[in-house]
Amino acid sequence: MFKIEARDDPKSQVQLHELEYPHRLNFYDKPPLYDVSIEEFETSALDRLRILAEIESSRVRNRSWEETKKVTGDQCDKYLQLKSTLAVGVDRDAQRRKDHLGHFVLRLAFCRSEELRRRFVQAEMTLFKVRYETDASTEREAFLRSRDFNWVAVEQAEKEKYREQLISYQSKGDTPFENDKYYKVRWTRVPDLVDKRKVFLHGGWAYVPSRDQSSIVYDEFQARLEKAMIITSRYMPRLDEDMRIGGILDNLSQGFLAGVSGEWSASPADMNGDAIKAEMVDELANKHFPMCMRNSHQKLRMDHRLNHFGRLQYGLFLKVLGVSVEESIVFWRKSFDRINDDTFNKMYKYNIRHSYGLEGKRANYPAKNCQQILTSGGDPGCPYRHFSPENLQSALLSTYAPLGLTSNDLPELMKTVKDGHYHVACTRVFEITHGSSGVKKGEGVGGGESVTHPNQYAKRSMDLQKEAEEKVAQMMITS
Amino acid sequence: MSAEMMLTFYRRLYPFKSIFQWLNHSPTPDSFFVRREIAFNLPGDVIIRYNSFNDHDEFKRQTCKLNPTRFEIGPVYTARPRDRKTARPGTFNPTHRELVFDIDMTDYDPIRTCCSDADICKRCWAFIAAAVRVLDTGLREQFGYVHLLWVYSGRRGIHLWISDKEAMGLTDDQRKAIVGWLTVVPKDESKRLNVRAFGSRALPASLQAALDHLAVVFTDLILEDQDCFGSTDGYEALLKLIPDARVAEALREHWASSSSSSETKWKDFKTQIKTYPKGSTARAILTEAMEDIILQYTYPRLDENVSKKRNHLLKAPFCVHPKTGRVCVPVDPEKIEEFDPEKVPTVSQLLGELDSGGDGDEHHSDWERTSLKPYVDMLDRHNAAIMGEVRNEKREAGDLSW
Repeated sequence: MFKIEARDDPKSQVQLHELEYPHRLNFYDKPPLYDVSIEEFETSALDRLRILAEIESSRVRNRSWEETKKVTGDQCDKYLQLKSTLAVGVDRDAQRRKDHLGHFVLRLAFCRSEELRRRFVQAEMTLFKVRYETDASTEREAFLRSRDFNWVAVEQAEKEKYREQLISYQSKGDTPFENDKYYKVRWTRVPDLVDKRKVFLHGGWAYVPSRDQSSIVYDEFQARLEKAMIITSRYMPRLDEDMRIGGILDNLSQGFLAGVSGEWSASPADMNGDAIKAEMVDELANKHFPMCMRNSHQKLRMDHRLNHFGRLQYGLFLKVLGVSVEESIVFWRKSFDRINDDTFNKMYKYNIRHSYGLEGKRANYPAKNCQQILTSGGDPGCPYRHFSPENLQSALLSTYAPLGLTSNDLPELMKTVKDGHYHVACTRVFEITHGSSGVKKGEGVGGGESVTHPNQYAKRSMDLQKEAEEKVAQMMITS
Repeated sequence: MSAEMMLTFYRRLYPFKSIFQWLNHSPTPDSFFVRREIAFNLPGDVIIRYNSFNDHDEFKRQTCKLNPTRFEIGPVYTARPRDRKTARPGTFNPTHRELVFDIDMTDYDPIRTCCSDADICKRCWAFIAAAVRVLDTGLREQFGYVHLLWVYSGRRGIHLWISDKEAMGLTDDQRKAIVGWLTVVPKDESKRLNVRAFGSRALPASLQAALDHLAVVFTDLILEDQDCFGSTDGYEALLKLIPDARVAEALREHWASSSSSSETKWKDFKTQIKTYPKGSTARAILTEAMEDIILQYTYPRLDENVSKKRNHLLKAPFCVHPKTGRVCVPVDPEKIEEFDPEKVPTVSQLLGELDSGGDGDEHHSDWERTSLKPYVDMLDRHNAAIMGEVRNEKREAGDLSW
């Protein structure tokens, strides 16, 4: 009803024409030909990458189409809103410009290898499909009219001629033949329909019913993007000379390895007051830490020492978890119980204070995210990536059996690891070990998100426990 | 096959020029030939990949030099395969390739009763013949292709090479799609077919068209000749495909008590179907099952992996099968039922014909004096059609540019 009113309203008609981007859907034919700041360049791409990375992990995790659509929609709401043309009170052009720019920046980041191109095209395809399906039908039709898809509407006489054949491809519940429209395209443009034997083929022409029209659109989108990516890759050598951009692009192209994590640097303990004491770390590690941090913790307890990167990685993690600098010094002092005070103060205290921004350049260093840990080279690294398969299996069992992981879970996890989706395996472990808190398969660390940061993992785990405790407390009060 | 025989075969009989024209689509060497991969198979499972040649003379010289047991044809690449190491990394990729299909008798082993494994006789050739009919008609009518070359594989199967412009340029995804379209029989023999649209009673049009032909084949081949349901194992396989427990049980009891021919059993099945009233759902389901069974026993079974990827290698026509010595000759699909694999010329037979044929001097086209001639002529006619089309296209393009 809203739509009809809006269409009759002459004002909205005028507005339609005034938009720089008249449609919500975009085939990205034209590159952005305007000046952008480096910051815009980076944020538009990062925000888009968050969405694509989540789409990628949805695929790896075999999420159903409906689930993928939901997760993708949620991510889009967070990072890259794209409102309908009829939306009021939002700068639609600004949203669409960001969508446009982000897409093209990521093209640059992902055109470098065939593997990256394939994954990018696949993720972009899914994003386009989600938007296509959620687009209002009038706007979608307007978009389809706005460009030539090179299909031939099938004339009534021809439709009647092949009546029997066309009907034989109809499923129960499809639009009745009489009311259905057909479009002719070369069969090569709808390979998915041909593969499943869902269209009538004659002389190399596929007779596509209107319900499957989207197949033509999707195929066109994919074919164009694939071609464009190859052309972009040929121009890359010239662009790599730009120092400002090269680094950003390198960083972006890592995005599919572990997703895009938020910045975990502020100390949450400042906000909620329940500071973590040094003696609590042992218990927290057993209950809430992801595999990488538990590994560091165990190593520290066993060897009474940890290498430099191990200290840095684990120390920053603890800082962000909410261990104050005083407690941190206590924690490390107790852990290194084979050295005397003097050595400790000389060798380690400065570094700990430094990581808290109290020495040297006094920077507030963020904790390392999954991407950094995954690409760090392995010591301590990410267990899912850097352990041998045998070690990983036994480590998983010994670490997480008390939290509900069984050997039945291993094949699935090991397969994910073998395919290189380490953060997906980690996310799955989170779900398994938090099943008792009501976390279901596919939920990830809340809202279907995957693990992208050890602190995100630990925080979510602690929050879940707190929620559960509060619930119990609530019940005690009410009863 | 001795090495000397093979060498003589390559020097005097192998139709290099015709093969060149067929791959090249025009009389003068073009990218389709010079960027084409030829892989040589040498004795001892050695394979030399990424050979490419400037023209058919060079092709012949190199073949005679290496004297392979056979050679295979790969795709056209973005650059000459032999120069692939000079290409920038990632830029050496396949671009074109004939659309190829391979039908092999081994895929019919679960149902054929006359031979097994590598053996093939005139009787089981009927399976291949049925497959060729269905594929040939289907690819022409549904996909609109016209340049189809069927080639006997030398032992127990047949290859199809499609050289239409569109077919040459298909991507791997599109090739996969066409394989999906043509795949009907499930991998697991005991599973029932699932080919109808959701909730639809009718077969998809492409399969209905095939069924009309295959119903006849089914009676002749499956019921009469192969007698597929004669044995207990045979009819048990059939009963598994009947989706009506009452009917299946009644038939099992009946057939266990006395042995009967497949034809009689099929009639029994039909009689059972008629116990349900016309227009009833049970009867409709069984009628569908009957159609499905016919397709399951006679529909072409493809070796999918050959067709799905552009860069799959496939043995060249006119090569010699190392085990049988038979030449992989083109086959006329119109006369496929008459084709007898055992009458295909062998190398030794052809060399014998050369020796008895007179002067003993070597000529380039000595095949003209042997029983290879009709087959080479067949390829040349095929080439003339391809080249004629390419010529017309070029002329039209030329007209525009003037």
